[in-house]
Amino acid sequence: MTKYQEGQLTLAEMKTGQTAVVVSVQGGHGLVGRLDALGIRPGRKVTKLSSTLFRGPVMLRVNDTQVAVGFGMAKKITVEADKYPPPTS
Amino acid sequence: MRRILLVGNPNVGKSVLFSRLTGTRIIASNYPGTTVGFTKGYLKLGWEHVEIIDVPGSYTLEPSSKAEEVAVEMLKGGDLVINVIDATNLERNLNLTLQLLEKQIPVIVALNMWDDTRHRGVNIDVARLEELLGVPVIPTAGITGQGIKELVERLPEAGVPKNARIYATSDERWLKVGDIVSQVQSLSHRHHRWYEHLADASSHRVGGIFIALLALFATFWFVRFIGEGIINYVAGPLFERLWTPILAKLSLVLGGGGFWHDVLVGKLIGGEIDYFQSFGLLSTGLYIPLAAVLPYIVAFYLVLGILEDIGYLPRLAVLMDTIMHRLGLHGFAIIPTILGFGCNVPGIMATRILESRKQRFIAATLISIAVPCAALQAMIIGLVGEQGIGYVAMVYGSLFISWIIIGLILNRAVRGFNPELLVEIPPYRLPPWRVIGGKLWLRVSGFIKEALPIVIGAVLVVNILYILVVGIAERDNYRTGRWLSA
Repeated sequence: MTKYQEGQLTLAEMKTGQTAVVVSVQGGHGLVGRLDALGIRPGRKVTKLSSTLFRGPVMLRVNDTQVAVGFGMAKKITVEADKYPPPTS
Repeated sequence: MRRILLVGNPNVGKSVLFSRLTGTRIIASNYPGTTVGFTKGYLKLGWEHVEIIDVPGSYTLEPSSKAEEVAVEMLKGGDLVINVIDATNLERNLNLTLQLLEKQIPVIVALNMWDDTRHRGVNIDVARLEELLGVPVIPTAGITGQGIKELVERLPEAGVPKNARIYATSDERWLKVGDIVSQVQSLSHRHHRWYEHLADASSHRVGGIFIALLALFATFWFVRFIGEGIINYVAGPLFERLWTPILAKLSLVLGGGGFWHDVLVGKLIGGEIDYFQSFGLLSTGLYIPLAAVLPYIVAFYLVLGILEDIGYLPRLAVLMDTIMHRLGLHGFAIIPTILGFGCNVPGIMATRILESRKQRFIAATLISIAVPCAALQAMIIGLVGEQGIGYVAMVYGSLFISWIIIGLILNRAVRGFNPELLVEIPPYRLPPWRVIGGKLWLRVSGFIKEALPIVIGAVLVVNILYILVVGIAERDNYRTGRWLSA
């Protein structure tokens, strides 16, 4: 299991409304490529819009697009949320 | 013949543009993956006829899905590419544009959905973009037809840019994309439209479920309301006032009975034509498809078309994802399933949007067993509904339970993998009525052309069998009776 540095977490762990920067994708070439084509790649800013009950997909905003990412995939995407504190509400 | 390819990301309006260019009418929807196979059409360009191909949407030329493999393969056989890009999402779309420019094939860019940029606060310097890419860029709006003429006129200008370069890595390409976007695009304040608030609510974790139930209920109610409305106020009266008198005359002419009378008009029930029971070619054979089923088909496809074009279905897919995974599918399988409620055939064809064999097999099986098509539903509502709404609920309930149980079993029994959902959720759009109407007409006329002959043929066969069998039975009864009394 990857040991996260401070301030790092997975997409699945992010709070709704939180913004973070993608650090890495732990996956095979196929997954990395598919996410890359949708703009989910290291260095890119993503905002979590919502999650679905029972470990369902996570909804993200990347640029001006909404993307739904399965929960398992979301766990493989590490982000850094340091610069963007979670919303206070 | 020269071949022009329409290439672009999924759901950027390639199909609408295709139908504008070729005059071919095809079904387009507001979700990615509507086109999986390819569609071919023709355009007259001055003296020359050229072939135009609507290539399945692709995010990249390094294929990661079936549709993308098809797209890359087709690129090899093209003479010119019209790269359709979504003006409201320049960055992601330009990534594909740069990949296309690397391929040394003449490219022209259609900056589509141009009509959508203003309210989204997106300003694009088209001239500068053209300069940076080195190929013509034409703002278009497929839905209204804006820019199509200019696009066609400028096709000859399409070319391989002199400054085209090949990027060693995806990172380099994205950097270049970022550079271009920063030079040509400026964002101003955008107004959140009322349906964008709805967009937020429909993907909320609890609000979403509430809205989904509401949508389901509203769909059902609306389909029934419109369907019954057409039957009671249009189709029914038309048949009774115009067609019944003609049939009654025909019945008289044919002498009120006999082989031809029974085949054409059917048996008279209590001396009158009963459209449900007479079973003649011109009575039941026309009434059932046109007056009992067609109204529900119209109603269903109207509501489906609206749901599709607004962009609700992908959100429903996300919501259903967890449940669908239990059945060996993922959320996106809800789209073929819903199409199956109209007619199983397009539903099963749409299972091609699913990634794995296992998913496609399970989805197609479930649709053919547990999803009643609109014609079947018209009969369920029309015939079972007379006995009370509880019985209708029982029919749908048992279908739903079989759907779940068969899905659970197939998920265990069928080998293969079930990938996770990864899908772009399109923005909500308000489709023009003309577009909804065109799509409805295409689907309804498809039903009339394909289903009507089959229904009439089946009525004819059943009818003749009935006449023969009943005839023989009556004769036999007569003999047996005589034998008994003798």
